[in-house]
Amino acid sequence: MPELSYHGGFILAAYAVTAVVLAGMLLWMLLDGRAQKRRLAELEARGVRRRSAPVPPAAPAGAAP
Amino acid sequence: MPVSDLANPTRFLAWSRPLLAVLWVVAVAGLAAGLYMSFFVSPPDYQQGEMIRIMFIHVPFAWLSMACFGFMAVASLGFLVWRHPLADVAAKAATPIGAAFTFLALVTGSLWGKPTWGAYWVWDARLTSVLVLFIIYLGLIALRQAIEDPGRAARVAAILTLVGSVNVPIIKFSVDWWNTLHQGESIFRAGGPTIYATMLWPLLVMIAAMTVLFAALVVMGMRNEIYRRRVRSLEMMAAGA
Repeated sequence: MPELSYHGGFILAAYAVTAVVLAGMLLWMLLDGRAQKRRLAELEARGVRRRSAPVPPAAPAGAAP
Repeated sequence: MPVSDLANPTRFLAWSRPLLAVLWVVAVAGLAAGLYMSFFVSPPDYQQGEMIRIMFIHVPFAWLSMACFGFMAVASLGFLVWRHPLADVAAKAATPIGAAFTFLALVTGSLWGKPTWGAYWVWDARLTSVLVLFIIYLGLIALRQAIEDPGRAARVAAILTLVGSVNVPIIKFSVDWWNTLHQGESIFRAGGPTIYATMLWPLLVMIAAMTVLFAALVVMGMRNEIYRRRVRSLEMMAAGA
């Protein structure tokens, strides 16, 4: 490991800011994706369907509900 | 399968999932190797000493701040001219990522400048034009938030992106056109790189790894945006039912 001289504080600060911003962006994108998928599942559970979405197979007549 | 099929949002969601896994593995492995080389292979600089360690993140962020805007300009053209269904999705997804990388280029450059130049900030042509780029990124994000109708927001954002892209060559050549404190081109030069190999290779590995990381984040952002648009259309259908 290089001997971080007097300027070590600047180097560590640069890498720390980088880690915080990249980790924050990744966390935001993961949470956003999870929220959109959860909302989409709720809507589809209520029977709301896109016109181009595949229609689920109808239950055979007389089948138990 | 024609290339246009790849543009179908449903197919994009299908093939981008395995692609994302590959991008993440390559990005993490590349960053691990790059950071190791940056701190253990590269020697200190004969003038700046250990301060050179900041170069290994500052240069990739500076490159990606411009590359991302170029990517958004191409996507905006694809949207305005060809009405490509994923073009606006890509441009919108890339904007916050480009803003973050530009912010990091400015901050790491500032932290590098203080001990090296004696100032965190100078109104130098390179620094100022990158700051203008950062403000354009923020403007694009605000613009999309301000316009309710997504279609209209997409058209206005695409036009602003194409107009703003004139700033990218200004950033690139600012160090040649004006007498700047910021140093000139060091890698891709007519006379070949001015960086010694033991520093150049760690830098190239970090640039490649950060570029793959950027690609992974854009693909993630595009997937989220497709889901967001589906939620919006279903909510409108539910409200209309």
